[in-house]
Amino acid sequence: MLFTVLTGLITSSLLVPFGKIIKTKWSILLPVIPITLFLFFLWHVPVVANGTNVMQHLPWVPTLGVNFDFRLDGLSLLFALLITGIGTAIFFYGRSYLKGHVYFDRFFAYLLLFMSAMLGLVLANNILTLFVFWELTSISSFFLIGFNNDSKESRKSAITALSITGLGGFFLLAGLVLAGNIANTFIISELFAQHDKLVSHPLYPLIVGLVFIGAFTKSAQFPFHFWLPGAMKAPTPVSAYLHSATMVKAGIYLLARFTPVLGSTDLWNTTLMVVGGVTMVYAAIHALFRTDLKSILAYSTISALGILTFLLGVGTREAIIATSVFILVHALYKATLFMVTGIIDHETHTRDITKLSGLRNVLMPVFIAALLAALSSAGLPLSFGFIGKDLIYEATLHYEENWALWLTTLAVITNVGLVAAGFMAGIKPFTGKLPQKFEQVHLPYKSMWIPPLILAALGFIFGIFPGITGDYFNHQTANAIAGENTDMQLKIWHGFNTVLILSLATLAIGTVVYLFNKPSEAKLKAIERLNKISPERIMMSFGQGIKRFSVLYTNNIHNGYLRSYHLKIILFAELLLAYKLWLGGPIQIDYENLTPLSWYEVGIVAILIGALYIVVTTKSRLTSVVSTSVIGYCICLLFVFYSAPDLAMTQFTIDTLTTVLFVLVLYKLPPFINFVRREILIRDAIVALLFGIIISLIALRVLYEPNKTEISDFYGENVYLLAKGKNVVNTILVDFRGIDTMFETVVLAIAALGVYSLIKLRLKSSEKE
Amino acid sequence: MELLLILILGLLFAGGVYLILRRSMVKLLLGIILWGNGANILIFVLGKITKGSPPVIDEAYKVFQDIYADPIPQALILTAIVISFGLTSFAIVLLKRVYALVDSDDLDDLNTPEEEDI
Repeated sequence: MLFTVLTGLITSSLLVPFGKIIKTKWSILLPVIPITLFLFFLWHVPVVANGTNVMQHLPWVPTLGVNFDFRLDGLSLLFALLITGIGTAIFFYGRSYLKGHVYFDRFFAYLLLFMSAMLGLVLANNILTLFVFWELTSISSFFLIGFNNDSKESRKSAITALSITGLGGFFLLAGLVLAGNIANTFIISELFAQHDKLVSHPLYPLIVGLVFIGAFTKSAQFPFHFWLPGAMKAPTPVSAYLHSATMVKAGIYLLARFTPVLGSTDLWNTTLMVVGGVTMVYAAIHALFRTDLKSILAYSTISALGILTFLLGVGTREAIIATSVFILVHALYKATLFMVTGIIDHETHTRDITKLSGLRNVLMPVFIAALLAALSSAGLPLSFGFIGKDLIYEATLHYEENWALWLTTLAVITNVGLVAAGFMAGIKPFTGKLPQKFEQVHLPYKSMWIPPLILAALGFIFGIFPGITGDYFNHQTANAIAGENTDMQLKIWHGFNTVLILSLATLAIGTVVYLFNKPSEAKLKAIERLNKISPERIMMSFGQGIKRFSVLYTNNIHNGYLRSYHLKIILFAELLLAYKLWLGGPIQIDYENLTPLSWYEVGIVAILIGALYIVVTTKSRLTSVVSTSVIGYCICLLFVFYSAPDLAMTQFTIDTLTTVLFVLVLYKLPPFINFVRREILIRDAIVALLFGIIISLIALRVLYEPNKTEISDFYGENVYLLAKGKNVVNTILVDFRGIDTMFETVVLAIAALGVYSLIKLRLKSSEKE
Repeated sequence: MELLLILILGLLFAGGVYLILRRSMVKLLLGIILWGNGANILIFVLGKITKGSPPVIDEAYKVFQDIYADPIPQALILTAIVISFGLTSFAIVLLKRVYALVDSDDLDDLNTPEEEDI
């Protein structure tokens, strides 16, 4: 199974160097990949239908528990067939749709990347591998939404989609790792056995919450739904493929996959029912007010995803069967409607349903596809959608008695909305009178209208012969979700019962709504006024808040003023040091052991302090440099008094050199100018004094500590015996630690080189600016 | 005397910090020099100061006969002085270069290009 995932990835990367070739007639090779994979998975159908799971194990990063563990069961197979099957249709369709586009190669590279990632996601049997592919789908979706990268709207939508799904991904990772650690395995098929342990664990609510956020963001559930309408900025083949048929169902897949692991609890079922219920009703009503074809389809997709979430929440055997069927039903009719929309957009250059009409006269085969899809979406008897709708009503009606009525009402409202939305998208543009400006419209390439026609036809073939899908994979899909064997049989005819009445009533009311609801700009405007309180706005203002915060943060902390950085670093160091000092308790001074003072020392110290005062306060540059050298000489004298002749000599030489260099180089500079206000000077003085005090206190504290002299003693005793020298300091530097000193010389040599080249450097006058 | 030295090093650090917080590049450099001097004295004090007995063995002997000042802090400080000279001399020349280019020793004047980047 690894090859199914890798084929797309490898081809995708091959398109980078060989993109030019694929833009020519060789592009016919592109659909070969999804067809091959589709046939491969089709070949596995009988195997999986017997209840066998195909497994594959390949170590990847075994130390981290990340492995290529693949497993093909009913649920994976359904998704794999959808991905490759609809993928085939989209590859044919997209080849014509984007013919001659500059980024043709890039488009298919992204699309292949997505297909592989999605296959990896549904085949993965290791939760970490699953996560890797999960993120890959988000990333490829980001590139595809932003495909028209010269449009600001596209870029914005792409970023919104990535930030929502990417954010969800983080939560998901946390949830998965938690679950994996508690169950002590990252292999999904082994997690099934840990259900009781996970459900009774105190962290269970957290895990479920994290996994839910991951699934809801991906599958555009309320309140994270708003990225999906924005994602419609992508080219239409992408909308059909990623944002209705496959990628957005990844969240549903995740929930279904984890139902046997984490499900069957009140928390799990109630949350899914509430979120799914809100989403499906909210989006179904919203869809009715849109005028853009793709917007209508986007909202009805959100609604359909809501239904799937809701059904997983209901969680009964019937609901699970309904889920497995509805995934397929929806993918078939929604991909068709999207492709039809793409054709309309491609040929008429508008997607506004208030302007489109009468296209049946010019686009007959497209109209047939659209009509079939719309009828399947409406659940007309004999269509596959009818079976799906039946199963949904059966699931809600047979729920606990107190709630059955409410749930059914919600389902009916949603389905009425979906019926009307399906008609709006699939029938409205084709009926009525053909405006003059569309008379020149002609049928596009065959490869554009045949794929949607096939998908739409399948929607009826499966409806008339439900055994095809029911026996072969819906059954196993339901088993995989339920985690146990369910017996089921899909039927066209359930007899005259409540379900049938509900189905027909839905169809009737939906048609009435379609006939009387005339979407218009005005209605759209009215609805959009509600946007002020929509989750999208809240999320946006949250984003704005972060932006403002970072501006504030940057201006205050990272403001580009060196002294402000210094101030913050020093203040922080002060706080840290003061805290440690305070922890150490009171400071003691051992007066007995202090060295006595003599008058000339006091004199030198006085001179030093005076010079220091001058350095700090003077306005003259020369004075300050000279005063600094006075300080250096005073220190030099102190070294003389306290038995450090070598230090004294070095300090004297170096101090003199520094001063000479300073004066030679800088004598031309102007005097200091005082720009700063008095308060700032005082503030800095306080910070500086505080720093001095803290360092002094540290010195006092260390002074009291007993002195360890083993190392010094070693040098003192061995200086002549080992190194044949009598000056210990010199011997340490050039003998005991000779290599250190050698490198020190190297450092000085580098500095000297730097100085030399800086002096020699002659800048051209143009560079002087 | 230790207390007096500790007072001095505290003042040197304080003066160093104060100068580092100024806008002038020359002051910044002087501040670093002061700071370095303070650090040297800190090391010196912590090594227990001793008067009049440098760590040098008398001509006539091969080992120490008397107490002697701790050589290790002295070796450390010596290294520190030399290295800080390398730093200072390079900084001084660099400063001159910068001054020749922008006609100012105001650190804020060097900021302008960076702000334009933003």
